[in-house]
Amino acid sequence: MTALLEAHGIYKNYGHVEVLRGVDFDVRAGEVVSLIGDNGAGKSTLVKILSGVMPPDRGELRLRGEPVQFESPLHARELGIETVYQDLALAPDLGPAENAYVGREILKPGLLGWLGVIDKKTMREKAREAFVSMGTDVKDMDAPVAALSGGQRQSVAICRSVMWAKGLVFMDEPTAALGVRQTRKVLDMIRRVADQGVAVVLISHNMPDVLQVSDRIQVLRLGRRVVEYGRGEADVERLVGAMTGALDTVR
Amino acid sequence: MTVSPDARGVDVNAPVPPDDESTTTTGLPSLSTQANTLTTGPVEPESPELRAAQRARLRRRLFGSTPLLMAGVLILIFLVFTVAHPGTFPAFGNVRNMIDDTSLYLIMGVGFTFVMIAAGFDLSQGSVLVFGQVIAAKVMVAVGGQGGWTVAVGFVAAILGGAVWGVFNGLVITRLRVPPLITTLGSLGAALGVANLLTQGQDNTPTPAALTTLSAQLPWGMSWRVWVALLVAVVAGLYLHLTRFGRRTFVIGSNEEAARRSGINVKRHVVKLYVISAALAGLAGMMALINNTTTTVGGHSTDSLTVVTGVALGGVSLFGGSGLMVGTVIGMFVPTVLSNGLISIHVQPFWQQVATGFILVLAVYLDQFKRRRRDRV
Ligand SMILES: Nc1ncnc2c1ncn2[C@@H]1O[C@H](COP(=O)(O)OP(=O)(O)OP(=O)(O)O)[C@@H](O)[C@H]1O
Ligand SMILES: [Mg+2]
Repeated sequence: MTALLEAHGIYKNYGHVEVLRGVDFDVRAGEVVSLIGDNGAGKSTLVKILSGVMPPDRGELRLRGEPVQFESPLHARELGIETVYQDLALAPDLGPAENAYVGREILKPGLLGWLGVIDKKTMREKAREAFVSMGTDVKDMDAPVAALSGGQRQSVAICRSVMWAKGLVFMDEPTAALGVRQTRKVLDMIRRVADQGVAVVLISHNMPDVLQVSDRIQVLRLGRRVVEYGRGEADVERLVGAMTGALDTVR
Repeated sequence: MTVSPDARGVDVNAPVPPDDESTTTTGLPSLSTQANTLTTGPVEPESPELRAAQRARLRRRLFGSTPLLMAGVLILIFLVFTVAHPGTFPAFGNVRNMIDDTSLYLIMGVGFTFVMIAAGFDLSQGSVLVFGQVIAAKVMVAVGGQGGWTVAVGFVAAILGGAVWGVFNGLVITRLRVPPLITTLGSLGAALGVANLLTQGQDNTPTPAALTTLSAQLPWGMSWRVWVALLVAVVAGLYLHLTRFGRRTFVIGSNEEAARRSGINVKRHVVKLYVISAALAGLAGMMALINNTTTTVGGHSTDSLTVVTGVALGGVSLFGGSGLMVGTVIGMFVPTVLSNGLISIHVQPFWQQVATGFILVLAVYLDQFKRRRRDRV
């Protein structure tokens, strides 16, 4: 089975700082791949490159086997790649439904649509359907997101991305702000998304969560993928060892 | 895996995990009902949750609404001056004057509302107004004639003349990344300077006779500019609150980065907003020209203060992301009614500027306060 998205030899510098030094990465449809590494290992940078936020300095990306260059995040999204950003990227003054449709507003049919009039009711209902099916506890689809709890906000951001993801979802620390229960709900959601055939790339610092949900775990250290584990091959000690370099066994 | 072209749930048939987080008394059983509802189709429009959400929405609109509060304040101010000066203040002629004064600011305030909802700022409107009317006067002289067509050409010239400054503001802000406050402070000076250069600082550019006729007319009891302002406010309000362009304006003001990441062309959108603001200032210039039948180069230095105050009072957040056009309409009456009232009780007109200045500060403080309270979760 070919990878849905793969990266070979990705390099990226910020000025003089070499953040990524020939990273390889791959993810297949329907699997949960965790990307772990110490702070500053380059995880977020890699995700930005893989989701079209910025181009790599060097290296090759392939989508469904074909070489690809993302022009913009929008382009990546048109190709079915969604991202839950570490900072969520929600508009705090708008409601969950409105946030779910930012940039993808549904227009009314006919003349009104031609004039650019949006169909608020349909968007609200569709968003509600999607949110409910994902088991979120956001009740009021119009209350400003700013008024929601941290966990609710997080689930709004996740639902929004999952709602639109046709191939792949990146989640950069989606459970960072969550309590134990909501974290479990998010992990369940991740599993169900993957079971639907969508690939999920999870970034997390929580090793037990990573071990529980991942099909594969790829460890990044100093801008390189140092090791990869399949399900059941790793434990917390090994992961920490690989991340910090204490356990420098390359494969 | 089947994927419909639009939004879809992940798996409507998958068991929904137990919702331990739920604080409602319904708990688990209600959730499974929700999931079941989904497998059979969309949420029933009459479901209790939906009605509760609708009620919440209505409540938010009514009680969380600054425009409603401001309408109350406006009525209060009106009553105070009526008691203080029952003879002249509430008389129809005076009320008409107040509406007439407000209309000019309202045309500008509508444009300002768009800019401010996107977390921008436009200080240049007062000067762009003057620039617009000077251009209109010059173009009407160049075209010649005394009739309605000449005036129509004047309208177009004023709007386009204003819009040029909007393009300038928008491009400088989005491409050169000069902060809006500085950019529009710059064009505030520059636009007035150019207007003065064109007229040598004199208000003696001749205007067509049709202008004088229009100036004297009171269709349906109000001057033309009141009707123009009303039309502008209604059309712009519908545009802001019902269209994709309007929605994206809110998104940009609320979280510009989020707007960018979701594929909205923020730069182009913001330029359009400054063009709207400046074009409406140009239109206001034409309306002032009609009203006075002469250019008023020196008379608009404090317009921006009044406009910003009105918009802020109406509940448009200085930080962007929220506001209602109807709020701008109501808020804009406060400075004019106040100044008219102060004059009618023979307070020196300069006090009006003092009052407006302080009210502006108060309005922005209230906005801050509201925002802090909302964000404290
Ligand atoms: N815009 C930037 N300019 C300069 N340096 C940057 C920039 N963004 C990231 N870096 C640097 O690149 C390195 C990798 O950052 P990155 O955010 O990818 O790490 P990370 O693995 O996501 O870390 P964390 O676990 O803390 O989120 C860090 O040393 C960081 O300081
Ligand atoms: Mg990171």
